[in-house]
Amino acid sequence: MLSRTADNLYWIARYMERADIAARLLEVGSRITLLPSAHGYRSEWDSLLQSSGTADGFARKYGDPVQRNLESWLFFDRDNPSSVASCITAARENGRIVRTALTSQVWDALNTAFQELRQLERTPRSELELSRLTDWVMRHAAMVRGAIDATLLRDDGYNFLNIGYYLERGDNTARLMDVKYYVLLPSLDLVGSGIDNYQWITLLRAMGAQRAFHWAYGGEVTAAKIADFLILNPQSPRAIITCVAGMNNHLGRLAKAYGRSTRAQAKAAAMLAELETTNVEAIFDEGLHEFLSRFIGESAELGTLIHEGYLSGDVR
Amino acid sequence: MRLSVDHVTKYSYDQPVRGVVQSHRLTPSAFEGQTVLDWQIEVSDGTPGGQFRDGAGDRIQSWSVQGPVTEITVRVRGTVETVDLAGMLKGHRETVKPEVYLRETKATWADPGLVALAAAVEGAANPLDAAHRLSGAVADAITYSPGVTEAQTTAAEALAQGAGVCQDHAHALIAVARHCDIPARYVSGYLCADAEGAPHEAAHAWAELFVPGLGWIGFDPANRCCPDARYIRLGSGLDAQDAAPIRGIARGPGAETMLVTVSVAPGQSRSSGEGPSSGQSQSQTQQ
Amino acid sequence: MRRALFSPKGGCLTDLNKNPEQDRGVVQVTDYFNEMYQNGAVRPPYARLEDWMRTMPAEFRQMKQAEAEALFRRIGITFAVYGEGGDPDRLIPFDMFPRVFTGQEWAKLERGIKQRARALNAFLVDVYGRGEIVKAGRIPARLVYQNEAYEKAVVGFVPPKGVYSHIVGIDLVRTGPEDFFVLEDNCRTPSGVSYMLENREIMMRMFPDLFRENRIQPVDSYSERLRRTLASVAPAKCKGEPRIAILTPGHFNSAYYEHSFLADLMGVELVEGQDLFVEGEYVYMRTTEGPKRVDVIYRRIDDAFIDPLCFRPDSMLGVPGLMDVYRSGGVSICSAPGAGVADDKAVYTFVPEMVRFYLGEEPILNNVPTWQCNKADDLKYVLDKLPELVVKEVHGSGGYGMLVGPKASKAEIETFRAKIEADPDNYIAQPTLALSTTPTFVAEGIAPRHVDLRPYCLVGEQIDLVPGGLTRVALTEGSLVVNSSQGGGVKDTWVLAE
Repeated sequence: MLSRTADNLYWIARYMERADIAARLLEVGSRITLLPSAHGYRSEWDSLLQSSGTADGFARKYGDPVQRNLESWLFFDRDNPSSVASCITAARENGRIVRTALTSQVWDALNTAFQELRQLERTPRSELELSRLTDWVMRHAAMVRGAIDATLLRDDGYNFLNIGYYLERGDNTARLMDVKYYVLLPSLDLVGSGIDNYQWITLLRAMGAQRAFHWAYGGEVTAAKIADFLILNPQSPRAIITCVAGMNNHLGRLAKAYGRSTRAQAKAAAMLAELETTNVEAIFDEGLHEFLSRFIGESAELGTLIHEGYLSGDVR
Repeated sequence: MRLSVDHVTKYSYDQPVRGVVQSHRLTPSAFEGQTVLDWQIEVSDGTPGGQFRDGAGDRIQSWSVQGPVTEITVRVRGTVETVDLAGMLKGHRETVKPEVYLRETKATWADPGLVALAAAVEGAANPLDAAHRLSGAVADAITYSPGVTEAQTTAAEALAQGAGVCQDHAHALIAVARHCDIPARYVSGYLCADAEGAPHEAAHAWAELFVPGLGWIGFDPANRCCPDARYIRLGSGLDAQDAAPIRGIARGPGAETMLVTVSVAPGQSRSSGEGPSSGQSQSQTQQ
Repeated sequence: MRRALFSPKGGCLTDLNKNPEQDRGVVQVTDYFNEMYQNGAVRPPYARLEDWMRTMPAEFRQMKQAEAEALFRRIGITFAVYGEGGDPDRLIPFDMFPRVFTGQEWAKLERGIKQRARALNAFLVDVYGRGEIVKAGRIPARLVYQNEAYEKAVVGFVPPKGVYSHIVGIDLVRTGPEDFFVLEDNCRTPSGVSYMLENREIMMRMFPDLFRENRIQPVDSYSERLRRTLASVAPAKCKGEPRIAILTPGHFNSAYYEHSFLADLMGVELVEGQDLFVEGEYVYMRTTEGPKRVDVIYRRIDDAFIDPLCFRPDSMLGVPGLMDVYRSGGVSICSAPGAGVADDKAVYTFVPEMVRFYLGEEPILNNVPTWQCNKADDLKYVLDKLPELVVKEVHGSGGYGMLVGPKASKAEIETFRAKIEADPDNYIAQPTLALSTTPTFVAEGIAPRHVDLRPYCLVGEQIDLVPGGLTRVALTEGSLVVNSSQGGGVKDTWVLAE
C-alpha cells in the first residue's frame, strides 16, 4: 500500500486514541478539583496538562488553570493540537484522504463524530455539561474502533491502524503514570498514605480501569499492584505490556505479509521480551520514573523505526 | 578546430539529501559545424535514466542519485572537432517550429526600453541584416561586466543597468528579435578563449535568430560575432532557464552550494593518449 | 422569456441580414425546444415518464428528494464540477427527473462525438509532429505554436498509440429535435464523470421500477472501460499488466472525491506528486513494501504541475524528472502534456476543419458560430451586438469571466465592453443559444429548465463511449447558465435501448 495511505491510517488511530485520552484527562481532572488535595487542584491540573504535553501551551494562552479554561483547552481549543476537537478533526481529515481504504462503516463513524463535533461547537457552552462531553468522546472513539474491528479487511491497512492505536495508548499510559508518580510522589515514603491512594485511584479511573483493577487484585490498593496492573498485566487493556504485545502482533503480521522484517520488528520484540521477564520489584529498583522515561523513549524510537520502515516513503 | 572540454559542476549540501534528479542537456548538438570525437558524462553515485533527442534536437539525459549524499559531482569531458559556419546551424535535425520561439517569457519580456532598442531594425535591407543590426544594438547597449547581474536578471533589467554577461546579452537580443516577430532562442554551450585572451566565459551562451531561407543563425552580442569554430553548441530553449545544461532537484532540507569549473582548450582527443590538454585554457568559478 | 436566439436550421438570432453574419444563420427564435413535449404531445423517449410524473404524490416526491440528498451527503460526493472551485463540502443539487435520449438519437451523437475525439487527437499528433494542418493554411500558425497550452517539451514525441487526449469531454447543447451543437471540447482532464455514475446509482436505488419499465442502457461499465483505455496506452517498455495510478493535486482539491472514487472503482492507486519519484528510467510510487513501478499515470493536475524540472521550477508540486521518463518511454501520462492546445477556445473554431482535414468527413456535430474578437470585423460586430451575445474569455472556464448579454444589466454590458476593447485577443463571442429544456422538479412542481450535456469519450487502442453523460440543468427559471457555481444542478441521463 502507498506509504502515505499507511501513514494516514496510522494517524487516524493515533488521533482517535489521543482524543479519547484528552477526554479522560478532562474527566479525571474535574473530579480531582472536587476533592481536597495535598497540593491544591492547581498542581493536579498542572500535572495532567504535563502528561498531555500541553502545559506550556495552556499557560501561554490562559495562565491560571481555571476549570472552564481547562475544558476549553482540552476539548475545543484548536490551538491545542491534542484537544478533542483537533484530534477528531485531524482523524476525520486523514480518513477523508484515504476514504477508499476504509469501509463505509468506519468512514460513517469518523464523519459522524466530526459532524456532531461541529454541532457541539455551535452549542452554547452553558448547555454543555462536562460529563456529556467526555461521554460523547469515549462513545465515538469506541464506535470508530468498533467499526474498524467489525468491518475492516484484515490487510496491511488494518495492521497500521492497530499499530497506531497501541503505540499511542502505551505512550499515554506511561505518561499518565509518570506524571502522577513523578509530580505527586516525590518521595517513595508517601506511597501507601491516604492521599496517595486517592491519587492512584484517580489514575485508575482515568484509564477506565478502576473496577477492573479491583477484580484483578482485590484488597488494599498499593503502588506495586497498580504498577503491575498498568505495566505488566496482559489482562489490562491499557497496560504497557498489552500495547507492546499488540504492536508485536501487528508488526509480525506485516512482516509475514511482506515477506520481510524491518528494524521495527526487532525493536518491538526486544521491548516485549523485557516486559515479559521483568517484575514490579525490578521496576521499582530501577526507579519507576526512570523505567517509564526509558519506555517513553523506546516507544518514540519504535515510532521512528515504523516511520522509516513503512511510512516515510523512503522504504527500499 | 579541435576543442577539449572539461566541465565540472560540484553540488554540496550542508545536510544529506535524497532522491536527487537531474536532467542534462550536456551533449554537443549534432550539426555540420561540430563533430563529437569523444564525450563522457559522469555523475557521482548516479544512475542514468532515460535519454532521448527532444523536438529541438537536443540530447537529453536524466540522472538520479538515490542518496543520502552531501555532495554530487557532474563531470563532462570530451573532444569536439569544429568548423566555422559563420553561425549557421546547418544540418541540425529538429521538429519544433520556429514560430514557437516567438513566445514571450519572463526573462525575455520586451519592456519599453527593449522596444526602443528594437528600432535598430528600421531600414534593414533584409532579415539577415535586421538580425545583425539587433545584435549590434544589444552589444552597444549592454557592456560586458561580470558580477553586476544574476541568474534571475531579466533582459529589461540588464538593459536598464547597461551592463551584464553573456546571458543578459542573449536575453536582450531574444527580446528585441521577438518584438520584431523574428523567432529567437537561447543557446547554451562552450567557448574557447582566444589568443588575445578577450574576456568571456568558457561556459557560454548566445542567441539564435531564425532567418527565412537560411534557418537558425547564431549571434553572440557579448563578443560581437557569430559563433565560429571556437564555439561548441549544447542546446537551446526559450530563455536561459529553459535551455539550462543541468536542471536538478534534491529532496531534503539541506542548503545547496554549487561550484562550477569549466575549461575549454584547443587540444587533442583524450583517446589519443595525451595527458591533460595544453594550450590556453580558461577556468571560471561561480558560486 | 423570449429573446434573440440562435438555432441551427434557419432558426435563430436577430437582425441579421446586415452582414458578416448572414451565412451564420441568424434568425429570430420564438421558442425553446422542450425535450419532453412537442406540439402538445409527449415525445416518444419520455412516454413512460409522463405517467410516473403525473401520478407521483407531492409528499412522495419530497421524501425521495430528501432521500437522494441524504445519500449524496453520506457518500460524500461534494465537489464542484468542471473545476469551478468553491466550498469543498458543497452539495450540487440533484434533480430526480431524468433526461432521456432514444437509442437513435444517441447513435447519431455517438458517431459525432467519436468523430470529433478522433479529429482532436489527429490534430494533436500533427501539431506536435509535422504540422501539416498549419502548412496547409487551415489554421493560423500563431494560434497553435504561440498558444499557451502548446508544450514545446513534447514536440517530436509521439505518445503510445498516438493518443494525446484519452478522455475527451465534449460539451453539447441541443436546440431542436435534430440539432446539437458543441459548446466546447475538454481534452485535458474533464471532470464530472463521478456524477454520471452516482446519479445513475442513486436513481436505481430510489426508483427501481423505472428501470424495469424503461429499457435504459447501463453506464456502470465506464470505470472498467476507462481502466482498459488507460492500460491500452501503457509504454512499450512495460511488460505484463500495467500498473495504473491516478495523480491528484490532493485532498484539498474540489474534485478530490471524483479522483478517489475513480481510483476505487478501477482498483488503482490514488497518488499525489509526493508519492511518486523518478529513479533511473522509471517512475515509482512509495509504498510500505518499497518502490513500485508505475506504468500509466492518469493525471488530474495541470501541465504546469507535472514536473518542476520541465515546467515550473518554482513549484514543488509534481514529480521531478517525470517528463524525462515520459519522453524516453518509461511511463504514459494521460492526458498527454500539451493536449490542451486542442481545446483552447480560439482553436475550437477550427475543429470542424480538423474533421475535414484529417478524416476527410463532414462534421456530424456542428460548432456554435463564433466571433473572434481579435478580428476587426468580428470585434465590431460583437461590440455592436453585445446585449444579444454570450462573450467568453478565451482561456476562462466555469462560467466566470463570461457575459450573457440578454441577462446582463446595461452597466454590466458596459463594463464588459471596456474589458473587450482593452484586450480583444482574450475574447470570443457566440450567439445566445436556445438551450433545450427538460422537465425538472422545482418548488412549485414540475417545470421546464435548460440543460446541457457532457459525454465522456474514451480514446485508447479503441475509441469508446458509454451511452450516457452528465446532464447539467439551470435550476433558476429562464437561466441559461448551467454551471453548478451559478445555481446549476445535475440529472441522470438515460439512453434507451432500441
